[in-house]
Amino acid sequence: MSETPDRMDFVSRRGLMKGGVAGAAILPASARAQTASSSEDADGTVPLQRMNVTLDVNGQARQLTIDTRSTLLDVLRHDLDLTGSKKGCDHGQCGACTVHIDGERRLSCLTLAAQAEGHEIVTIEGLGSENALHPMQQAFVDNDAFQCGYCTPGQIMSAVACIREGHAGSDAEIREYMSGNLCRCAAYPNIVAAVKQAKSGMEG
Amino acid sequence: MNIHVKQDEAAKECRLDDMKQGILGRDVSRPDGLPKVTGTAPYAAEYKIDGCLEGVIVTSTIVKGEVTNIDASSVLDMPGVEAVIDDPRLTARAAQGTAGEAPAQPARKVGYFGQPVAVVVARTFEEARDAAKHLKIEYRVEDDAIVDPEEADAEAQGDGTKMGDLAEAMNSARHSVDVVITTEGHNSAPMEPHAAIAEWDGDKLTVHASLQMLNYNISELADSLDLDEEKIRLIARYVGGGFGSKLGVSEETVAACVAAMELQRPVRVVMSRQQVFQCVMRRSETRQRLRLAADEDGKLIGFGHEARVSNLPGEEFAEPVLQSSEFLYRGENRLLELEVARIHRMTAGSVRAPGEAVGMPALEAAMDMLAEKVGIDPVELRLRNIPERHPAKDLPFTDHSLAECLTKGAEAFGWDKGPRKPMQKREGEWWIGTGMASAARVHNVSEAKARVTLKADGTALVETDMTDIGTGTYAILTQLAGEMLGLPVDKVLVDLGDTNHPRGPGSGGSWGAASIGSAVFVACEAVRKQVAEKAGVSENELSLSDGRVMNGATLTDLLDGADISAEGHYEPGAISEDYTASGFGAFFAEVRVNRYTGETRVNRMLGSFGFGRVLNAKTARSQCLGGVTWSIGLALTEGLKFDPRDGHLANCDLAEYHVPVNRDVPEVEILLLDGRDPLASAIQAKGVGELGMCGGAAAIANAIYNACGARVLDYPMTPDRVIAAMPENA
Repeated sequence: MSETPDRMDFVSRRGLMKGGVAGAAILPASARAQTASSSEDADGTVPLQRMNVTLDVNGQARQLTIDTRSTLLDVLRHDLDLTGSKKGCDHGQCGACTVHIDGERRLSCLTLAAQAEGHEIVTIEGLGSENALHPMQQAFVDNDAFQCGYCTPGQIMSAVACIREGHAGSDAEIREYMSGNLCRCAAYPNIVAAVKQAKSGMEG
Repeated sequence: MNIHVKQDEAAKECRLDDMKQGILGRDVSRPDGLPKVTGTAPYAAEYKIDGCLEGVIVTSTIVKGEVTNIDASSVLDMPGVEAVIDDPRLTARAAQGTAGEAPAQPARKVGYFGQPVAVVVARTFEEARDAAKHLKIEYRVEDDAIVDPEEADAEAQGDGTKMGDLAEAMNSARHSVDVVITTEGHNSAPMEPHAAIAEWDGDKLTVHASLQMLNYNISELADSLDLDEEKIRLIARYVGGGFGSKLGVSEETVAACVAAMELQRPVRVVMSRQQVFQCVMRRSETRQRLRLAADEDGKLIGFGHEARVSNLPGEEFAEPVLQSSEFLYRGENRLLELEVARIHRMTAGSVRAPGEAVGMPALEAAMDMLAEKVGIDPVELRLRNIPERHPAKDLPFTDHSLAECLTKGAEAFGWDKGPRKPMQKREGEWWIGTGMASAARVHNVSEAKARVTLKADGTALVETDMTDIGTGTYAILTQLAGEMLGLPVDKVLVDLGDTNHPRGPGSGGSWGAASIGSAVFVACEAVRKQVAEKAGVSENELSLSDGRVMNGATLTDLLDGADISAEGHYEPGAISEDYTASGFGAFFAEVRVNRYTGETRVNRMLGSFGFGRVLNAKTARSQCLGGVTWSIGLALTEGLKFDPRDGHLANCDLAEYHVPVNRDVPEVEILLLDGRDPLASAIQAKGVGELGMCGGAAAIANAIYNACGARVLDYPMTPDRVIAAMPENA
């Protein structure tokens, strides 16, 4: 996400680097009960630190106690069981983890979960469902804009944002602005076709 | 009821074309599309299992030697850490495709940099990852590791092919080409990293894994763990791409199982992207010498293709570079030899289209050079050299569509026929040129089983452990069963990727669709016979459509509460030995090359492909699009870079190993030449998953030459190489 000074200050105030406090979690206590400590061990190992956050995910407030090191992607997948956002590289290189934060596309693997507090997060699960597909989801099905499907949620989240940003004016522009999302099956021409189809649906 | 068909003869009469609905071959959307676009399709690591621990693999920091000590105490006190797994059952390499037995064990003997040596298990991923980085490991280093294939001794792979006297043919030929072309290593880089969750109940193991060939993987896993196959259930309903890297059981799956069995808790192990690059499979680099000798008309009288590839000591796999060169073109004097250098880089194995993916781009670049020497159109050169029969084995072809692919492709592309000269067209600082190449990929079928149940409620269920790795298996089996049983596609449920089901052929070698499709087809024939009996007609007369029998009673009424089920068992037969079977095609490319930077951009590409019956026009086209895109990557950007000192892979992630992105893929047109190959499979279809990348890189290479006169002999053709090869006046 775009880390404005405000956001980083906010994270810092919550003690991201200095450790949080264990508290109520929606997960079984056995999986998440760990008393925080703020001092380094003698050998320099930083001990596990936890903090409470409330994340606004797909319109729901989710209260969690998280590891301060957790990325938004891992919290979505492991703690919230929202596995639609995919981990393809964990380094911001492939785009499979793309979600919307405050309406803009962001790489959830490069976003600490703690940074996302106070922001609206939308994942593929919040975009549409099998009975109420978003026009982009329908366009991906219609145009066979995927094969294995693993990059697909990230592609769709990027594609929706691409149109909202006004970056879907031509095939060349769509290709350029969809190039942050890798597809090894290489459905690229079909993805371009899907974006064009959905654009009329979203704007019409 | 079981039905077994061994294909000893041509499937001349295939009732698929007599069915009423005509849904096979059409561009039906994937039934697995809805869960995929909504993010609800569960991939291997995405099953919610209470109390699941997280394992992170620790890899070797030496190239060759032995692990002498793993100091578990260095991490056991870290928060959340449950165990350090250091067990002789851990595997050190991934199994080769169709191995059916354990890969190299144990992990303590190190053969390459990045080899898995241990697994740290903790309550959460963050804890396990942190501890894995802190685990102290001691090694005894052996410093005699050779990591450069050019420095290593090589051994011959097989007997090769020797006919006549190639050297004499080269001497006496009116036109000849003698050239060395190299390709760098490749990584499959499926978007889903390798992952597994293992659950052990004290007696049985349930494993969710990301694998292509469960029918072999279950044996590989059983052998690795020294456990009976009957005690294992492997599940892979959704696989996030494979491209060869998930053919054999890989280290994370064995690691998850060993950890789960030791700790009596479910354990998930997911490879990092770097680990996928470092410890699964690489495609070998190749050095290839092509010798082509032609008469004055361009007819080949001599054909030589020698290749050097590499692998770890003890690995049987050798990139089969010469596979299609054996039969693609004529030439009575032939020499084809493959050798393998033994080096300490990670395992070399199957990456999409092993063999042709790198052999064809070299051959087809050499053919372009020959066309220039002969002074004829490169399409014409190919047309003049299509053999009547396999030139060495003297076997007939099952069905040969190369000429049709070449002529129809050239016409659709707008190929400018005739002798060609480089540097004829420039727009600003960009040279523009076109090039073409043939495509060929051997076709195989494999033993396959599937169960088809026509249910009393008027729906059908297809069950097999076959996988869909993005290839469209769900779609084509839905269409096949729907077509044969007269049901609309939404009344057919295909249940894949579970070893509790009959064993399929696995996804690999492009044989999946034709093999499992044939098994489903014969199962459906058996079901139809029983329906015909109930309806009181012969099977030939039986007409089923839209859930009705002979346009009258519904299937539901006819079945009267009783399911009809049959297990189809398809096996390749004698015709596999009696014929040469291959898919064919042709690629045409237009590129622009920057005269100052050497950057190459593909403007447009066209691929025309003939592979027998098209089962689903939409998914087949997508397979070809994928192949063409891999051709672009192979031609321009993809190459593994190894540190010459210790053989470690320097570009082991998606930022440094450059797979094509959307911006790299221009207009691509795909022509599917629908046909029938009764000798290829019971459903008259051949494989298409790999054909689309078997030669395409040469069309780009040849277009670069046509554009700017740079004949680059090393793939990928990065700007530095293009600039270096560009003539002074370009």
